[in-house]
Amino acid sequence: MVLQSLKNCLWLSCVLRTPKAFFWSTASGGLIIQSVSNDIYQNLAVEDWIHDHMDLEKQQVLFLWRNSPAVVIGRHQNPWQECNLRLLRQKNIKLARRRSGGGTVYHDLGNINLTFFTTRKKYERMENLKLIVKALKALQPQLDVHVTARYDILLDRQYKISGTAAKLGRTSAYHHCTLLCNTDKSVLSSVLRSPYKGLKSNATPSVPALVKNLFEEDPSLTSEVLLDAIAKEYATQHQIDHHINLINPADETLLPGITNKAKELQTWEWVYGKTPKFNVSTCLNMAYKDSVLDVKVNMDVKHGRIEVCNIDLPEQWLPPGLYSELVKSLTGSKFCPNETTTLVTTLLRVCPQDDELHSRWSLLCENMIMLM
Amino acid sequence: VCIHRVRSCSSIRFIKSKYVCVFDKSALKFSHQQRLFRTSAVSCGQIVQFKLSDIGEGITEVTVKEWYVKEGDSVSQFDSICEVQSDKASVTITSRYDGVIRKLHYSIDDIAFVGKPLVDIEIDASKGVAPEEDVVETPPMSHEEHTHQEIKGHKTLATPAVRRLAMENNIKLSEIVGTGKDNRILKEDILNYLAKQTGAILPPSPKAEIVAPLRKTEAVPAAPKDKARKIPVPVSRPIAFSGKDKTEPVTGFQKAMVKTMSAALKIPHFGYCDEIDLTQLVQLREELKPLAELRGVKLSFMPFFIKAASLGLLQYPILNSSLDENCQNVTYKASHNIGVAMDTEQGLIVPNVKNVQVCSVFDIAVELNRLQSLGSAGQLGTSDLTGGTFTLSNIGTIGGTYAKPVILPPEVAIGALGKIQVLPRFNGKGEVYKAQIMNVSWSADHRIIDGATMARFSNLWKSYLENPASMLLDLK
Repeated sequence: MVLQSLKNCLWLSCVLRTPKAFFWSTASGGLIIQSVSNDIYQNLAVEDWIHDHMDLEKQQVLFLWRNSPAVVIGRHQNPWQECNLRLLRQKNIKLARRRSGGGTVYHDLGNINLTFFTTRKKYERMENLKLIVKALKALQPQLDVHVTARYDILLDRQYKISGTAAKLGRTSAYHHCTLLCNTDKSVLSSVLRSPYKGLKSNATPSVPALVKNLFEEDPSLTSEVLLDAIAKEYATQHQIDHHINLINPADETLLPGITNKAKELQTWEWVYGKTPKFNVSTCLNMAYKDSVLDVKVNMDVKHGRIEVCNIDLPEQWLPPGLYSELVKSLTGSKFCPNETTTLVTTLLRVCPQDDELHSRWSLLCENMIMLM
Repeated sequence: VCIHRVRSCSSIRFIKSKYVCVFDKSALKFSHQQRLFRTSAVSCGQIVQFKLSDIGEGITEVTVKEWYVKEGDSVSQFDSICEVQSDKASVTITSRYDGVIRKLHYSIDDIAFVGKPLVDIEIDASKGVAPEEDVVETPPMSHEEHTHQEIKGHKTLATPAVRRLAMENNIKLSEIVGTGKDNRILKEDILNYLAKQTGAILPPSPKAEIVAPLRKTEAVPAAPKDKARKIPVPVSRPIAFSGKDKTEPVTGFQKAMVKTMSAALKIPHFGYCDEIDLTQLVQLREELKPLAELRGVKLSFMPFFIKAASLGLLQYPILNSSLDENCQNVTYKASHNIGVAMDTEQGLIVPNVKNVQVCSVFDIAVELNRLQSLGSAGQLGTSDLTGGTFTLSNIGTIGGTYAKPVILPPEVAIGALGKIQVLPRFNGKGEVYKAQIMNVSWSADHRIIDGATMARFSNLWKSYLENPASMLLDLK
């Protein structure tokens, strides 16, 4: 055990990390790069950039990155279905939609991300995962880790420590995966639990799994140690230097166009607007005065916007003119609590100034906003 | 390799090249690769079935998740057609041809099969002749699907789409410096070249610094050291070369604004403006700022403006009232819920500080901090945004002096505060001194408020701010 940690220290001291810019043109068969940023959008933008602009024919790339707390959903997923958006907003955890498929993951600095870039023809996920397992076993031979047919890596045959996703383009492809080193599992489980009821959609669902950190298994397995071990194994397999090049995703001269890519990933249109069409059918239980009203709500949401909206209120509970104004305003607007809040409060300005009316309106709107 | 099989031919020939041959003589590029594959000559509009190519890893079927095109759309080679998913891999399918989409074989969420047709594309019969000297008949490379142009003996790489863009704009590709791989000319290079020619702004520069709500209430002190007044960067959008207008529906929040503002302008407004000397207040705030910071609160000028307004409303309660729809009754509101206009990404929102009449300046500062951070995070609640009785808009943090603010129904008055400027003024002794001057522009509902009332209220408000010590006398 002591020998192992000494070995790790030696690796760390030997690893050359340089932020040089000329490595794009190296003729060697592989390149290992690591991001200096912990911003999910910037790092996803680097993936996009490499995918779109690098010639991977002669040189494959391994990209290492970590992010500050963020939830990342797959390309075709529904964020309302996958995570607790209210909790994310409260805790200031970012939400990102990646361009690859697959399910939802929670990232924090205790989770490492690995992206394997190859040409479309050389796309081979199993090989990459086996490389990771080999690196892990080299660090700690006692580790019981193996790759499943679903491209997961399991620890002790039951705990998922890695999930995979991939993106294929015309000429290039990438396979990226996570590796749980020392993530906050309580935050992970609370944010990945959706409180939203009544959602019907064909979006790709996530498959929940029991997770465990590698750190829990063996405290010597920190993020740094694991990153280095994987880089070393990659270097060996590609017959290149064990040399990790640092890149700054904000460097527009090195990666021209990257700022725009990062910006696009943060737009509402991408994160929420790309959600496949879904339907919300639920019942609001509104406690009003001495009774409880059951109000059926039915909404179709397309491109993140409310296409159709039906609220089954008791007759005359709201003046009909006001009710139709509400439905008219909601139609076409974003399925978003902030947008809805500003919308309904602005509408209230042109209502008759009646306390009773105002309290009913607030009650209904608060409940509607909770659905988003 | 996509092999195009011709059903009707008796002797079947297979096209080995990646391009479908077109018989139109003007498209010479692939002519030497032509092999006779049809007995009947087709001159244009030939429909090709574009099949779903191999995904790899032995995958035979995928789910269609998103279409990027619809029937009738024009596509160029390498344009994205759709997104399919298989086993955690998302695949972008790009077009192999230039042409028009004639049929989509699948709907969203359908299963598509590798090797089966995905879309039908009507191939371009090369309309708009490419200048012949620009086109060279070079055999397409096996893995590179780009055409080369040989101009003056210098090979220039560019895709057909880029070539067309250059041709449409009468640009010689030899004049462009390519920034793509192997000096390939990209669309961006053409656009940049054009921008230089026409002096257009490209690419879009960062949005003008719309002041985040956090800075909204901080009237910029025009102190001598603060010369770095931001020069607004004009917001520019990428130039659309097609020159088409873009029409978007007015939705959600904008719709609500339309309704409110239409109602607002039914109110007969009158305006009243004045100049306030904030020299003493600026000094006072400097002294109090560190005290507030010790308590963890940012102290701007707004809490003072708001409290002074409330004190004024105690004397002129009609400014804190509401007129009913039929103009039959005026309701004098007991609470002074003073709204503070905030500029956010969506637009104008007006959260309000409740019951200012019983709040201290510090209480107001605390509440403003809370509203500002919620506002910038997009997390204001309905109670924060409703119940306002009077509004102040500190447009001066962005700029401007005098304004003509619009009253927000159901209120009857609003004030817009300009920026604080250092200007020369005469003091009591007839000497010129450096004064911190801010302009205020009030608007009020002339149906129930008259000019004199507004003027008196403004004078009172002004006196509290010009001589902050006088506020102490009337603070409740």
